[in-house]
Amino acid sequence: MSKILRIGLCMLVGWTWAVDAHAVLEIEITQGVEAGVPIAVVPFAWRGSTPPPQAMSDIIEADLYRSGRFDTIPRRDFLSRPHDHTEVKFKEWRLIKAEALVVGRVQELKANQFRVEFRLFDVFKAKQLSGFSYVVNGGQLRKLAHQISDIIYFKLTGEKGAFDTRIAYVTVEGANRQPRYLLRIADSDGYGAKTILESKEPIISPAWSPDGAKLAYVSFENRRPMVFVQRLVDGARDKVANFPGSNSAPAWSPNGNTLAMVLSRDGNAEIYTFSLATRKLRRLTNHHAIDTEPAWSPDGRQIVFTSSRGGRAQIYRMRADGTNVERLTFEGIENLRASYSRDGKRLTLVTRHNSGYHIGVLELDSKGLLVLTNSTLDESPSFSPNGGMILYATRQGGQGVLAAVSSDGRVKQTLKFQQGDVREPAWSPYNRKL
Amino acid sequence: MRKPYLYVLVVLMSVTIAACGGKKGVKDEGASVEDRGVSAAGTGTGVDAYGRPIGAGESGDMLGRRKVYFEFDSSALDDDSRMLVEAHANYLVNNPTVTLVLEGHADERGTREYNLALGERRALAVADLMGAMGVAGNRIQNVSYGEERPESVEHDESAWRLNRRVEILYGN
Repeated sequence: MSKILRIGLCMLVGWTWAVDAHAVLEIEITQGVEAGVPIAVVPFAWRGSTPPPQAMSDIIEADLYRSGRFDTIPRRDFLSRPHDHTEVKFKEWRLIKAEALVVGRVQELKANQFRVEFRLFDVFKAKQLSGFSYVVNGGQLRKLAHQISDIIYFKLTGEKGAFDTRIAYVTVEGANRQPRYLLRIADSDGYGAKTILESKEPIISPAWSPDGAKLAYVSFENRRPMVFVQRLVDGARDKVANFPGSNSAPAWSPNGNTLAMVLSRDGNAEIYTFSLATRKLRRLTNHHAIDTEPAWSPDGRQIVFTSSRGGRAQIYRMRADGTNVERLTFEGIENLRASYSRDGKRLTLVTRHNSGYHIGVLELDSKGLLVLTNSTLDESPSFSPNGGMILYATRQGGQGVLAAVSSDGRVKQTLKFQQGDVREPAWSPYNRKL
Repeated sequence: MRKPYLYVLVVLMSVTIAACGGKKGVKDEGASVEDRGVSAAGTGTGVDAYGRPIGAGESGDMLGRRKVYFEFDSSALDDDSRMLVEAHANYLVNNPTVTLVLEGHADERGTREYNLALGERRALAVADLMGAMGVAGNRIQNVSYGEERPESVEHDESAWRLNRRVEILYGN
């Protein structure tokens, strides 16, 4: 089952951002489910002097479909196209087996000001589940569509949606000998990409601050890996770690005050914590093997990390002060780069088997490992903030692409950017206000 | 090969020197590194930055080889690599003003951060052997690029073999 949703990008330029108008994107669902909730999203009515700046209903429909929890009913099957509760005839929707129905309208109030209304109905109970009206400017329409998707997702699944979130990733463009590395931020569906850093030297390991306002990352711009923290609103940068040797693998503590990171200032890669307020370092590991890729538990009390102390790379857990080290993974040849789900119950990680490097989920209670992907060079997995999806990097046709898999492995999709090699994705937390 | 006892003596002496020197192989130069304006600055590639091959010494054939290769997920030097590194170390012992950068690399398999640490271990393995041969630690700077700067961009074993390496880059 393969279906391509292709949506042209038509962005209004935000005030602090330079938007790449050429960054057309394809999202290909490479594996879907048949058992999703059948939902009909009726194209929203438009009243205005110009063509609508965003096709709100297209964005909502694509969000719901990508989540793997819904079966979006083709529009050609619709028997009518209502836009509010007075126009809905539930019998027509029962006939085409829709269980949920979304209708709405967008009205241009004045230049660059719009009223958006939507309503969500339970078709069988013939009743409205949710409905809101908003007044926004053109630059907010796309984000509002994702917020509406989040409301629908919550009403129908009981779980919080993660459509109104962002992703960070790195693209490499240009010839092999003269590459350009771009650190970029886009909406969770890959649209609206903005470049926040451009360099001729590699950029790796972007990590979102818990409030979503900053990114920590590793840049080789000084011909040696150093850790920077960059504020997203104005691009201000702070070089937080330029100790001798390598400075890498930054990970934010849940309260945003401390970075765990890997320094080789004492010769070998070890994990340290670094207080952003006092700039004080504390060494957590002391082992001649490789210790890297720290990630905090959501309660801030523990840190998981990758270590080769057992011979091959495996995932270990310690208290945030470096004590009580225990090994967590025993299945697979190697396990690397673990990070927690928001509820703290699972880790997503890279797991190596004879077939290659795949994305896996480790249940912390049972220690059961679920392998989710079958591509062979998968890396950099991170949970969506609601834990429903995992974003990762893989290779397709010799090119680096981003892909996502539902955390039960049932739905897979690939995000194809038109140009460049794409890698190092990181899914943002919640907390982004319109 | 020629005078094994002399060789042993040199190694013994250098072990002593290295032991007295304390820190191994990592040069503290954090303060001297200038930040470049990233979006505009041109920093070039590693090879251009660290200069061209130097004149051949007595072990000239070996000195022409500037890349030490490794097995997968390993920082161990095989016999051939050992001889290569020792030749460079001898050259450095005889030319005490020459400095060098050891640039560690890994193939693309595994994660980027793990490979960054692995590239560093490889550079450290070369630096440690040079240290044991009597090269002062402050003449050697280790840098790891992990999997970020492959020699071959293909995705098979023949490419990966080339990418698991330490490049010996001479300074002045």
